Amino acid sequence: MAIEGVDIVKAAAFIGAGISMGLGAIGPGVGEGMVAAKACEAIGKNPKEAGLLTRTMLVGQAVSESTGIYSLVIALLLLFVV
Amino acid sequence: MTVDTQTIVSVAAYAGGGLAMGLGAIGAAIGEGYTAARANLAVSRSPENSGEIFKNMLVGQAVAESASIFALVIAILLLFLDVPQPTLLKAAALFAAGISMGLGAIGSGVGSGYPGGEACFGISRQPAAASQLTTNMLIGSAVCQTPAIFSMVVALILMFLNLGNSAVNPTWAAYLGAGISMGLAAIGSGYGGGLAAGASCAGIARQPKTAANVTTTMLVGQAVSQTPSIFGLLISFILMFKTFPATGSISAAMALLAAGICMGFGGIGPGIGNGMAAEGAVRWVARNVESAGDLMRIMLVGQAVSQSTAIYAMVVSLVLIFVL
Repeated sequence: MAIEGVDIVKAAAFIGAGISMGLGAIGPGVGEGMVAAKACEAIGKNPKEAGLLTRTMLVGQAVSESTGIYSLVIALLLLFVV
Repeated sequence: MTVDTQTIVSVAAYAGGGLAMGLGAIGAAIGEGYTAARANLAVSRSPENSGEIFKNMLVGQAVAESASIFALVIAILLLFLDVPQPTLLKAAALFAAGISMGLGAIGSGVGSGYPGGEACFGISRQPAAASQLTTNMLIGSAVCQTPAIFSMVVALILMFLNLGNSAVNPTWAAYLGAGISMGLAAIGSGYGGGLAAGASCAGIARQPKTAANVTTTMLVGQAVSQTPSIFGLLISFILMFKTFPATGSISAAMALLAAGICMGFGGIGPGIGNGMAAEGAVRWVARNVESAGDLMRIMLVGQAVSQSTAIYAMVVSLVLIFVL
């Protein structure tokens, strides 16, 4: 079986994409869970502000999500562009 | 030195068996240690209930043990399995079975230690609620075992799958990917489900009146926490049962392996995060039961956002399997 250079480069790009998205998903997943846990605590202490707290939680999670989106972008670049 | 296929299959099966039991022992040991530590605290707090606490500790530890017993079963099967037609593909499948079971037992083992520990400590606070606590502990830790059971199912399928005429390349990578996907994705869900179950036992000990609301919130939270491991199961089923055309290229194989790695690692974080969200909601439902509806709603919204990275990982895995 002859293995060509192009084939090895493509293989490395696929593995890289998998590792990028896989590891990149860990942090946002845990971080957003922490946000949600603390939002529940805050609503438990002060249920009147549920609307404001939901909004704050969602904005915080959206920021925490950004690193996950970077991973997705890098993975898609590795798969389709490089 | 020439190595025949029978030797390679044996090497793969023994290495897989070692990994299954070695990795599989990590979780249950930590979880049971936590249960015992909380039981000690509980006995020092109320020595007059030591009999009840001791009984509850043993029941909780027995449930936490089951993840490592699954690993033991798979390891023994791998050591003594008779392979009538040894092929290189069989070797890959047996090794992957060991990886799936070994990694898959970690999360469930650690996770089911939390409800056990909190139930023991709860009995020292509310001896009257002891039977309620034991029931809730059993429900919660049984749900924690689901990811380990998924891993065992994948391991058994990999061991007894009829390989037929599947092409060695790239199918070997599909089997390895299937094992990695299921094994890693089970870690987060098992651990996260345990966080929710632990908080519910602590909550019932604090306010036994709220038990019905607390158990409901726990079960909903745990069910959502299981999703990443179900994504892992889905990807590993696709990798095991799809037929891949024979190819000489290494990149086709690496795409399938990468699909498994991507979904496996991608499931860890959201599983833990969903569990944390459920833990927060369950704890505060017990303290402020009037807001149970609001808490359930915000828990589900938070979990849905936390789930998104697992969905990205699943999309990248599906692209790697079907598009490239």
